[in-house]
Amino acid sequence: MNDLNQQAAAHYGKNFLKEVEDRVEDGEWVKMCMQCGVCAGSCPLGPHWEHSPQKIFRMIMAGKRDEVLSSDSMWMCTSCYNCIVRCPRKLPITHIMHGLAHYAHKLNIAPKGQPTREVARLFWNSLVQTGRVNELKFSLAVYFKDGFVRGIKNALAMQGIGLKLMKAKRLNPMEILGGHKCKDAGGIKKMLAKAKEIEDRRQGFSS
Amino acid sequence: MTSSIATNQTILVVGGGISGITAALEAAECGKQVILVERDATLGGRTALLYRYFPKMCHPTCGLEINLRRLKGNRNVRVMTMAEVLGVSGQRGDYAVKLKISPRYVNAKCTACGDCAAAVEAQIDNPYEYGLAKTKAAYLPHAMAYPMQYVLDPSIIGTADADKARAACKYDAIDLDMRDETVEIKAGAIVWATGWKPYDAAKIQPYGYDRFANVITSVEFERLANPHGPTGGKLLRPSDGKEARNIAFIQCAGSRDENHLRHCSRICCMASLKQTHYVREAYGEAAKSTIYYIDIRVIDRLEDFYLKVQQDPTVSFVKSKVAKIAEDKDGNPVLHGVDTEGYHRYATAHDLVVLAVGMEPETNGIKLPDDILLDSSGFIEGSQDDGMCGAGSATSPLDVNRSVQSATAAALRAIQVVHKTSTVEGAR
Repeated sequence: MNDLNQQAAAHYGKNFLKEVEDRVEDGEWVKMCMQCGVCAGSCPLGPHWEHSPQKIFRMIMAGKRDEVLSSDSMWMCTSCYNCIVRCPRKLPITHIMHGLAHYAHKLNIAPKGQPTREVARLFWNSLVQTGRVNELKFSLAVYFKDGFVRGIKNALAMQGIGLKLMKAKRLNPMEILGGHKCKDAGGIKKMLAKAKEIEDRRQGFSS
Repeated sequence: MTSSIATNQTILVVGGGISGITAALEAAECGKQVILVERDATLGGRTALLYRYFPKMCHPTCGLEINLRRLKGNRNVRVMTMAEVLGVSGQRGDYAVKLKISPRYVNAKCTACGDCAAAVEAQIDNPYEYGLAKTKAAYLPHAMAYPMQYVLDPSIIGTADADKARAACKYDAIDLDMRDETVEIKAGAIVWATGWKPYDAAKIQPYGYDRFANVITSVEFERLANPHGPTGGKLLRPSDGKEARNIAFIQCAGSRDENHLRHCSRICCMASLKQTHYVREAYGEAAKSTIYYIDIRVIDRLEDFYLKVQQDPTVSFVKSKVAKIAEDKDGNPVLHGVDTEGYHRYATAHDLVVLAVGMEPETNGIKLPDDILLDSSGFIEGSQDDGMCGAGSATSPLDVNRSVQSATAAALRAIQVVHKTSTVEGAR
């Protein structure tokens, strides 16, 4: 995977903005940022990230490739859409942040162990098996992602909610045996493979 | 262009602000017949409501007085106040314009003595104070009113107050039988000098103009600074009447924003820089002005003014578009945001916040003749056949100086249109 990162860096050289425009979803909007700062000031998680969207966009324009792609800031976005609503230039900021996170993940230079990244990975891995998310297995995987002891603690802490969900028939304990799937799991896999192929081609990864 | 020959030599100017007055006078002083119609009870428009102009910091009364004097001395201009254009038909050289004239209930015998205002009890929101003050329902618009005549507000007609006003008048100037009239006039060319209005600040939800008393607009701040204004020229904040010494100016309040006005309103940077002078003049070294901006846009020679304000130690600049305003327990507005020079997060309290609101065309929301071309913000570009043109801030966001230039240019265009009557027609 790290080859992908090196190839991309070599291909675009110092022009990281161009790389973002070509390869990041909605990345072509980045150059429209006029650095007014409304997104940074409007973000409810603002005080908790290292780089606000405003700063990320400036860093992209300044070619700070490694700092941007290894930042955990875009993983902190909760998609509240405050920034999109207020941006005077209507940049789809939330979508750009997700696009950057996705791209950094693909190049495998996103921060390791970043919780949002881990949860997203587990969710995706569960989904692609059967075309349905196995909620029980997914929850357990999330609880145990930081080790066995931590997992037991998490599971005990969430026990009450789990029981209530079962009572309300929102969580089926039998799912542990394999769980429900969509009618054509093979079809889903083919579809996802095709989608990946198209995305890779668009991003210039196909060889 | 020879196909459209003016059959009527009169030029109609719509709007009696600084641009309309200028266009009318320039054309009239060239010997053309001009009709100047104004929707309001007085000429002067929004210019008359300013405290001072930039960059020379002179009072608008000066510029207006000169122009009103020119107007009084010129027989070619006919001024109609309280007259609104209902519709325009015809084309270049031959327009028929329908006007609605609203009753003033005061005739030309008025000497502006003020006895009617003293007699009347009812009060209305003063239309010349942007809602900051009340006035009697019989009132003189302002000290520079033209014509210098009182007006009765329609709300008191049929009440005892109206009779009191009539009884108090020594000159038989109050005529309660006046009614709406519709008249039609002919014109060869029309100049639209319909001006601008401040963008509705309440629409900028995060700034809380509609929720916080101490968040006001730049046009309201002009009234506060004005000795004829609601506070007698003292910078007192609305919530508790406390002196506002620490004032924040927020630029691009509505302008350069896809959610509000797409265009840059151009004058607001200079207006805020100018208004820091008011704060400094009121409190000297104890004044504190802070300008929050995306970038300061002062045009050509006005840069000098900006450089001077930068030297003033009581004025500071924060490069940041404020994200939102909250209010602390003392009623102070607290500005939240992140600055672009270092990405520092701030939460700063001020005594008063002045929103440098954008300019939008006064005609937004009003149906204009079909053949008038507008730009994407609604500013008037004129008609395709050039028989109608815009002047002043009806055409784009302009300061007073540039409005006057634009109006002079509009007068020349209108003269060219009506001039074809005598020359081209004579040649045929």
